[in-house]
Formats: sequence, structure tokens, C-alpha cells
Amino acid sequence: MSALNIKKGSSSHSAYDLRATNSEIEESHTLAVIVENEPGVLARVIGLFSGRGYNIDSLTVAEVDHTGHRSRITIVTRGTPAVIDQIEAQLSRMVPVHEVHDLTMEGPSVQRELALLKVAGTGTARVEALQLAEIFRAKVVDSTLESFVFEMTGTPDKIDAFADLMRPLGLLEIARTGVAGLKRGV
Amino acid sequence: MSKQMTGAKMVIQALKDQGVEVVFGYPGGAVLPIYDELFLQNDIRHILVRHEQGAVHMAEGYARSTGKPGVALVTSGPGATNAVTGLTDALMDSIPIVVLTGQVPTFMIGTDGFQEADTVGITRPCTKMNWLVKDTAKLSETIHQAFHVATHGRPGPVLIDIPKDVQFATSDYVPAEKAKVAHYQPRTEGDPARIAQLVELMEQAERPILYTGGGVINSGTRASALLRELAAETGFPVTSTLMGLGAYPASGKNWVGMLGMHGLYEANLAMHGCDLMINIGARFDDRITGRVKDFSPRSKKAHIDIDPSSINKVIHVDVPIVGDVTKVLEELLRQWRARGSKTDQRGLASWWKQIDEWRAVKCLSYKNSTTTIKPQYALERLEALTKGMDRYICTEVGQHQMWAAQFLGFEDPNRWMTSGGLGTMGYGLPASIGVQIAHPEALVINVAGEASWLMNMQEMGTAMQFRAPVKQFILNNERLGMVRQWQELLHGERYSSSWSESLPDFVKLAEAFGCKGIQCKDPKDLDDAIMEMISYDGPVIFDCLVEKHENCFPMIPSGKPHNEMLLGEADTQGVIGAKGAVLV
Repeated sequence: MSALNIKKGSSSHSAYDLRATNSEIEESHTLAVIVENEPGVLARVIGLFSGRGYNIDSLTVAEVDHTGHRSRITIVTRGTPAVIDQIEAQLSRMVPVHEVHDLTMEGPSVQRELALLKVAGTGTARVEALQLAEIFRAKVVDSTLESFVFEMTGTPDKIDAFADLMRPLGLLEIARTGVAGLKRGV
Repeated sequence: MSKQMTGAKMVIQALKDQGVEVVFGYPGGAVLPIYDELFLQNDIRHILVRHEQGAVHMAEGYARSTGKPGVALVTSGPGATNAVTGLTDALMDSIPIVVLTGQVPTFMIGTDGFQEADTVGITRPCTKMNWLVKDTAKLSETIHQAFHVATHGRPGPVLIDIPKDVQFATSDYVPAEKAKVAHYQPRTEGDPARIAQLVELMEQAERPILYTGGGVINSGTRASALLRELAAETGFPVTSTLMGLGAYPASGKNWVGMLGMHGLYEANLAMHGCDLMINIGARFDDRITGRVKDFSPRSKKAHIDIDPSSINKVIHVDVPIVGDVTKVLEELLRQWRARGSKTDQRGLASWWKQIDEWRAVKCLSYKNSTTTIKPQYALERLEALTKGMDRYICTEVGQHQMWAAQFLGFEDPNRWMTSGGLGTMGYGLPASIGVQIAHPEALVINVAGEASWLMNMQEMGTAMQFRAPVKQFILNNERLGMVRQWQELLHGERYSSSWSESLPDFVKLAEAFGCKGIQCKDPKDLDDAIMEMISYDGPVIFDCLVEKHENCFPMIPSGKPHNEMLLGEADTQGVIGAKGAVLV
């Protein structure tokens, strides 16, 4: 996944106070969508993106309120300011959608992704992988004499960087969860 | 105390509680329990259609002519897939309909059972909302919620998929007032501060225009009344989209006619040249804007819409007002009156003078003939002979639809049913039956082209069975007229598959259905033939043989702005460039 390129300062969250639509520069935005956890709701949200030609760079979803049956979908998407506004408006009007937050616009936020990386190797490569993992604060969660599975949490950038370093050291497989995010403060 | 009943009975009970009087439908294996319950009662009338697409268009016609939601009931699998076109049509035109589909029993879902289809999956992108109800305990509440969703906010189609075992099982009935609908309450009140901004702009405007759309109709008859008050008090000119015809009367003083690709010259030039555009319940559709970059370049734009996603979707506006048209216009008029607002009289006078000059071009003029019926002439005569009657007009899609919009005048909302957004050929005949079922005494005419009409002609059987005296006024040019026109203008006059061979004899076809057939080909006989159609007590198929190669003007060619309209045949040489040809 490409590095997140987060820009701030021009969006809004309602049809009011709309920003200039003439910018052709694509921005990356992280949206948190709180939905009713009912059958088909994820398909509905994803269908909106594919049907209207919007991008999804990353997507995570899980029920976050088991009694209220609310799920939180975190979507990293790209588009011009006008497209991002349109995506938010289109999401907001869906019947099972309760809230839409643009974490990129609502002030500072924490965004994290979890990754599991399997690295195979022996000798110095193996030692080097372990040292680099320490620098990146990746945990060893599985080990054989020929391999490690590292677990690391961080921004997508950090995971990209770690994966790049592991590649020549015997990176076999990588599993990533996609970005989860929360606004900083209250 | 809640009442226990089967799912099938719940469906009927919930429909009754929602005030449903008519259901358009077609039975099949997966809805038999519901049909059994329909059989056992007399409050809800069932109209047996001949194809499920017809059922949905009838529900649309019913909804658009009454302002109430229309209901269709179809079976699983093919019943549901046949409903897809109607659902998409209703979504594009924001028509409130509720479609009930049968489904294979819950324990068979996913096994590729007989007549199984993933109905909620297929219809997810063509409904406002849909539900698969797997538990009878949730069925009645879901139906009430479905009606709420269909009719609140921007209206639209909803679908409820009901497995057969859910119809048989028994549970408690949840009455309408106990159904949870709190989670879907779209904003209807416009922001007063935004409305105040608009009032100020209206006071300063020298060249204003009210650009109205289907949202005015959908908001209810009160919205049309308010629009008329607004026009009268401000003296602003009014134009409308295809969807909004009738909200402001065609005989009204401020009416400048329909705008858009085949709209009037004066309406389009007024849109292009205005300094204040007030969009009321329209959505800057591509048929309206032409080339977006050059759309009304010198105007401030206000946009009143209940759907926030309509705002800034295509055209950037200066004053966005999210709200229901009725409520926003009420507040707008209240502020206008409270401030003692005055318009710029001098500016307005010269603006009207300009509009009158554009009007003098007489963009709808056409070359009449004494030997062949021109389609425009046929519609002029239909208009003259039916004016003042309790009249509802439906159309199919194509040239005849545009001519009907140009040559027929609409005085009231809910009198004009046409497939605007989706452009569904085959819409008009079933829609006219839906209208006639809702208004049994009214004169309901479907202005059709022969090609569109054939797409759902099986519904004449429905019209006969249920004594719906719909008049099918077919402008028969033996061509796919609009396709042919585009091929003439864009594709070097290569008329690829745009003519109809082996057309039926429409008079004999009428006889085969047991209704009346009339054919007319001489302009001299046209008035008598139309009168015969109107006075006949029953359905009529009127085969009006018209000029085969007539083109529909005015026309804004694809990829051109409003001020580059074609007015007639002389203007058409090489007007659409390669870029325009890509557009539809």
C-alpha cells in the first residue's frame, strides 16, 4: 500500500460551508463510518464505492458496540476535495449509516495498522532480521529454526518501511489489517 | 396486547395499516401464502399484471399520480429480477414504492434452490434500502420501516424479501405506531441563515430564474402552491426540468417552458444568461447542464434539495439549502414578506424583455404538412382537444416523450408521469394503468412511440381485465426515432438497426386484446379520431401514423453549452464533434 499522504484544512462534514471544488489535487482521507450492524451493510458501503467509482485504499470493519449493534468501518480513500465531500454525503444518506467522520479533517487523529510478516532465513540474515525487528518494535510471535513471524503495529508508512527492509532478508508473506483510527483528545 | 398471526397475514395487515388500497403483483411459488391471505380479504385490491416489470411501473404511476407510495408484490427469482428495471427507474426519479418479493425458505437460501436469486444482493444498488426478513417476529416492523424509508427524505424504492417459511410461521404483530423509525429522520427544515442569504440575493438579482424540478412534485401539492406564490410575488421567470412539469402551471404568467437538451430556447438561454439561479428540487442532471464547464457562467446559484449528496455533485453552488421544498419555501416566503423585500424592478423588466425576444424565435415551430401527420401537430391537437379535462399523461421514452413535454401543457402537479432519469422504454403503458387504477374516472393518456410501447404491450391484458380505460396514443414512425435522429446527426446517417420491420397491425392487436383500435394517417381525420379515442368507454390503442424522419428540436447537442442550441434542420451540419459523440 502506498504511503498515506494526509492533507488538512479544506473539507467540511455537511453540505454547509462547502469548500472550493476546483482543486484537482487528490487527497487521502480516513473515514470512520458508524453503521447498524445488520446483514449486508458492508456490501452496501463497498457497493457505493465501486458503483460510483470511488477508491478504497484500505478497509477495516468490526462490531464495536455489541449491545447497540454498531459496527465501525474505517475506510482510507483518495479523491479530489469535491469527490471526498461527495463520498461523505453519499455515505451519510444511507439508511443504516449513523455517523460519518472524516478523521483527516476533524483535527489530529491516531491511525494504526497491524501486520504479520513471515521471514525465512538462516545465519546472518536471520540475525539481522531480528535486530531490525527490535528497532521497529516488532514482536516475534512464532519462531522455527528457519523462520520468524513478526507482529507489528504502526502507521501504514512504518509497516511499508519494515516490509521493505525484510524483503531482501527473506520476507515470505505479509498479512495486514488495514487502518483503524480514532480522533485524538475528546 | 399484540396479536399473533402468520407472516403472510402480517403482510396484509401491515399494508392495510399503511393505508394501502391497491397492490400490483404476480403470484408464484414463493408468495403463495401471501396470495392466500389476499384472497381471504376485500380491503386491498390486487391488480394482476402480465409481467413483473409492469407491476413496478404501475406502482410508480400510482405513486406519482397520488403522492402515496405504490406497492408491488412479486415472487422469488425471476419475479424479483424482472422488477429490477422498475426499481432502478424509481430510484433515479425518486418515486416512493414498496416492492415485496417472495424468497425460497430460509433453510434453502444459498443452495441454488428452484427460483432462488440473491434478491437483496441484486437490488441493493437499485433500491433506497432493502431487507431480507429471516424471522417472522421482525416482519411487520420491517414493513412499517420500509414505508417510512420510502416516503421520508428523498423518496425512493424499497424492497422486502420474504422467505416462504417466514410467511407461514406465526409471531406477534407490531403495529405501525410501535415500529422503530427514529434512526432515519432526514433533515427537512432549511437553515434560516442560508435562506436569508438567498433572500438577499433575490433582492439584488437583475436576471433571476427559478429552476424547478421533481423535488417540488415529490414534496407535495403544498410545494407547488408555494412555488406559485413565490413566482407571483417576485415576478421571477420559472423554468422546469422534465420531472417538474406541472408544479408551475404552463398557463402561468412567469412560465418560460421546460429547459434542457430538448428544452425551450428561451428557457435555456435564460439559464445561461441569468445572474441568480434558484434550483428548487432539481439535481443539475446532464440533460440539463450540457457542458458543465460552461453552465450558466455568470450566475450565483442557490440549490434547495432534501438530499445533501445532490448538492455540489455536479455544479458548485453558492447557497446550498438542505431541506424539504415545502418547508424551505415556507421559510423563504416568510422571510421575504417579513423583510418587506422588493425585487429590482428595472432589472427584472429588461430581463423579461430579453426573454420575450428569445421567445419571439418561436423555437417549437415546425413545418406542418397537409398530407402527413407531423408528430408535433398530433400533440398540438391532442392538447387542444383534451385541455381542461381531468387529464393525466404518461409517456414512453424517446422523441415522442420530448414532443409531449414541449407541446402539452401541465397546470397541476402529479399529472405527468414520465421516465426521466433512467429513460425506460416500456414505462408508459404500465404507468398509465397504475394512474388509471388510482383515478378511475380520469382521462389517462399514454403518449407513446411504437417501439417503446411494444416493450410492455402485454399489459393491455391487465388494462382489459381491470377495466382501466387507458388511451394509448402511439406516434408511429416505424423508427426508433431518437436513435435515428442521433445516427443522422452523429453517425453519418448510417441507420444501424433503428427502424422497425414486422410491426403488428395495431388495430388488429387491439381487437385481439378485446379493446378498441384506431388508426389515423391523414391530418384531416386526426381531430375526429382523437375525439373517438377520448369518448370510447374502454382502453384504446391509437395508431397515429406520423412523419417518419422528423427530428426533435430544439436540441443542445452533446458536449455543448446552453447557448449553442440547434433550432432546426438547417443548423445540424457537423455540429457534434468527436468529444460530444462520446456522450449520450
